[in-house]
Amino acid sequence: MTVARFWRDIPSRYNLYGTRCDSCDKVYFPVRHICPGCRRSSIGRMQRHRLSGKGRVHSFSVVHDAPPHMSSLKPYAVAIVEMDEGVKVTGQLVDVDIGEIDIGMGVEAVLRKIGEEGQDGIIHYGFKFAPRLD
Amino acid sequence: MDVGIVSYGAYVPRFRITPTEIGRVWGQDGKAMGKGLYINSKSVPSPDEDVITIATAAARHMMRRVDVDPADIGALYVGSESHPYAVKPTGTVVAEAIEASPELCVADLEFACKAGTAGIQMVMGMVGSGMIRYGIAIGADTSQGAPGDALEYSASAGGAAFLIGREDVIARFNGTLSYTTDTPDFWRREGQPYPSHGGRFTGEPAYFKHVGEAARRMMERMGTTPGDYNHIVLHQPNGKFPQRMASMLGFSNDQVSRGLLTPMIGNTYSGAVPLGLASVLDIAMPGDRILAVAYGSGAGSDAFDLTVTDNIKNYNRAAAVTIDGLMENTKELDYATYAKYRGKILMKG
Repeated sequence: MTVARFWRDIPSRYNLYGTRCDSCDKVYFPVRHICPGCRRSSIGRMQRHRLSGKGRVHSFSVVHDAPPHMSSLKPYAVAIVEMDEGVKVTGQLVDVDIGEIDIGMGVEAVLRKIGEEGQDGIIHYGFKFAPRLD
Repeated sequence: MDVGIVSYGAYVPRFRITPTEIGRVWGQDGKAMGKGLYINSKSVPSPDEDVITIATAAARHMMRRVDVDPADIGALYVGSESHPYAVKPTGTVVAEAIEASPELCVADLEFACKAGTAGIQMVMGMVGSGMIRYGIAIGADTSQGAPGDALEYSASAGGAAFLIGREDVIARFNGTLSYTTDTPDFWRREGQPYPSHGGRFTGEPAYFKHVGEAARRMMERMGTTPGDYNHIVLHQPNGKFPQRMASMLGFSNDQVSRGLLTPMIGNTYSGAVPLGLASVLDIAMPGDRILAVAYGSGAGSDAFDLTVTDNIKNYNRAAAVTIDGLMENTKELDYATYAKYRGKILMKG
């Protein structure tokens, strides 16, 4: 990933910025420019919307064969999280043992390293999901 | 001085390793080492954690507890000796992650283990002068000791963040001072992965002299004695030094205990006094007086005299995890996993 391409995604990756359709109030992540439900009537009415970061595990899968930059973390779980706003977001689960993950468990977005471009390249940061601490 | 702590937040990674396990690998009596250092376990960051993620977690916990508009934050300083980049400030990511960007001053600080408290002093000055409304100072580290070195038993990870301002302060700064000399007790040259130290030279002429002088001078300036304080938070490279220092200064173990986290999490370096102070604020009552003295090798000490205000009664501590909460749900690692997590294993490519 080029530096500029990642940089453009910082609001989404750090703070879960998506969009909300002003016509039907549905929240989308990642950003959409048109609401698939309202279509033409949503043009110009899609608002920037920050997700609360809180949600529940809707489903998850355990990754045993990881890409090289994730090898030190394997096995790890990737989950579809149903956010409090209703939208589903995919992300890695951290700070929980694989055997302790339950469908429906409460999680929240945390900022973690999601990759780095070698020893001398940029470090990418973004959201992962951890069990709620509070 | 009409400046104080408006909010605070802390973060310690979940993983732990014991001195016994470290000693097992290096043919040393780890149990005795842990007893000598008074360290029962130390925190270990996950491979996807670094000073940026730890500082961000602490800052987010801090912001959750108050209703402060991030746009009103005029400065953010992160003190650490393990910033992920040599060039590219940690604070830029943290500021973006709490949406305090773009109109604010940001810089990364380094003064061994006291860079976080140096940040507190800088923000105190900026807030006190009216230059900014709120400022953030964070102390965080993911410190490393060379494999097999005595430092490996203590070097750990964690951090705490403080929002400093003049309105609704939960603890007021009565004063601060620093005591600084050229004392080469511990250092790391540019490009070197692990620090070096002067062994026993890190004790009397370094830690004890600087922390002791800063504490004594602070009390002299404030006209106080140890009996005037409910808590003392001292830099804690191990569990023994702060207890001995406090005793030398005339403080009791009861005054030290709440701010002493090293026995559970090891030496979090720039995070040590900030985390100890967060632990005290977690249980502090109005009127409590706190003396906090950080130490950074090289060497210097920053002392702070604080009084907890009535505002702490309405402060929403429960909105974020407390220090006690961070001591729960921990996971112990064996040395091999620890070595993998800390990048001590030479990988291909």
